[in-house]
Amino acid sequence: MAGIGGVEMAKSNEPIWWSLFSAGGMVAAMVFPILIIITGILVPFGLAGDDPLNFERIHSAVSHPLIKLTLFAVISLPLFHWAHRFRFTLVDVGLKSVSTLISILCYGGAIVGTIVSVVILWNI
Amino acid sequence: MMAETMKLEIFRYRPEKESEPTFQTYEVPFLEDWVVLDAINHIKDEIDGTLSYRWSCRMGVCGSCGMMINGVPKLSCAAFLKDYYPDKILVEPLTGFPVERDLVIVMDDFMTKLTDMQPYIIRKEGEEKPLEEGEYLQSPAELARFKQYSMCINCMLCYAACPVYALDSTFIGPAAIALGQRYNMDSRDQGRDARQELIASHNGIWECTFVGECSAVCPEHVDPAAAIQRAKVSSTVDWFKDVLIPWGKKK
Amino acid sequence: MIRELTSIFVAGYCIFLLVLVYKLAQGADAYGNLMAALKSPSSVTLHLISLAFVLYHTITWFNLTPKILVLYRGEERIPQGLVAGTFYAGWVVVSVIVAWLVLGV
Repeated sequence: MAGIGGVEMAKSNEPIWWSLFSAGGMVAAMVFPILIIITGILVPFGLAGDDPLNFERIHSAVSHPLIKLTLFAVISLPLFHWAHRFRFTLVDVGLKSVSTLISILCYGGAIVGTIVSVVILWNI
Repeated sequence: MMAETMKLEIFRYRPEKESEPTFQTYEVPFLEDWVVLDAINHIKDEIDGTLSYRWSCRMGVCGSCGMMINGVPKLSCAAFLKDYYPDKILVEPLTGFPVERDLVIVMDDFMTKLTDMQPYIIRKEGEEKPLEEGEYLQSPAELARFKQYSMCINCMLCYAACPVYALDSTFIGPAAIALGQRYNMDSRDQGRDARQELIASHNGIWECTFVGECSAVCPEHVDPAAAIQRAKVSSTVDWFKDVLIPWGKKK
Repeated sequence: MIRELTSIFVAGYCIFLLVLVYKLAQGADAYGNLMAALKSPSSVTLHLISLAFVLYHTITWFNLTPKILVLYRGEERIPQGLVAGTFYAGWVVVSVIVAWLVLGV
């Protein structure tokens, strides 16, 4: 009896997507508001001094592997958060018949974004 | 002095008479302490004996009298006329289910799901205690962990409120999953693996998008939405255990 | 439904961050142009709309977290308000640290 549940569960990929959705939701909830305040209010209105996101400083910071890894997580995980939530939103508004296509487009988009972020960050 | 009255517009469907449902309006006395079910009972007794609906206890225990009241799933025994007076009240059968007749829905789908969930204590083979050894003991703290989920009265309001079930009735749904969780979290139970097949399937918890309407309408504050999310967490933990330590699968 | 739509703005900001690191990789000129573009009214407007949606995401997210994260201290369940409060407090701390790191104040 014990093995039956395990076999059935292995067939469903949902736990992967749900974990990524949850991790991304947590990252977005924690850091996106402050980041948006910085790039959308503090920087354009000069509230954080002259040239707060100075190229040399940001460039050298992002060259550090730990910062790269953090940025990777901050970009990639919320993309999966979007993919999962948007997939279900589309299904719930009545596109259930094309749910496989929706899954491919949503998660595919997040995977593409993740690969692009790896390539860019690798080359900084 | 003329007694105050109010109107109820009630969904009618008598398959032997009409191919499409219709609505019929009844005028009933307005009494401060009447609930919608009292008004419907008054209609049945005094005005129109052909009206069909389910009810039993009149006190929020049996879970039989769930209806859509002004579009919201409610126990009609807990919906006071005075909260709607003087407006007309629209009474319809619970949405998401086929209609048998008037306000009576076909509940076979829910009953099947409930049975499939095996909502009773399951012991592993050979671990069932002989009767003479007495009951399985449980501490108050162990009881507290699942007690909330055991309050379900199978009224199906959560199914009527669930947008996912409305779109796709293969979804196992709030009450059945919450009851599965109730036994999974019971210290006396060993049947989680058997239930997990249903809970962690595609039609199980993963269909749920945590809209939370089920918990909002639940008359017993079971909070099925929370039960489903917690099942997602434990099923995800299972999944990672299976993938990362495959040799630990069989115990 | 608004809660689900916040995800579009989350993804939008992810794309903005991608563009930002891309310009950073391209060099000082490209990066400087992006910084200048941040001052444009359309950028500010888009940021403000995104902020509203992302804040809505944050609030709904932290309010629902204690329903999923059921914690016990010994035999007592830790109250949901305390769990949510801890997340809000953590959010403030994280925001301060992020601002300090990014702005280098």
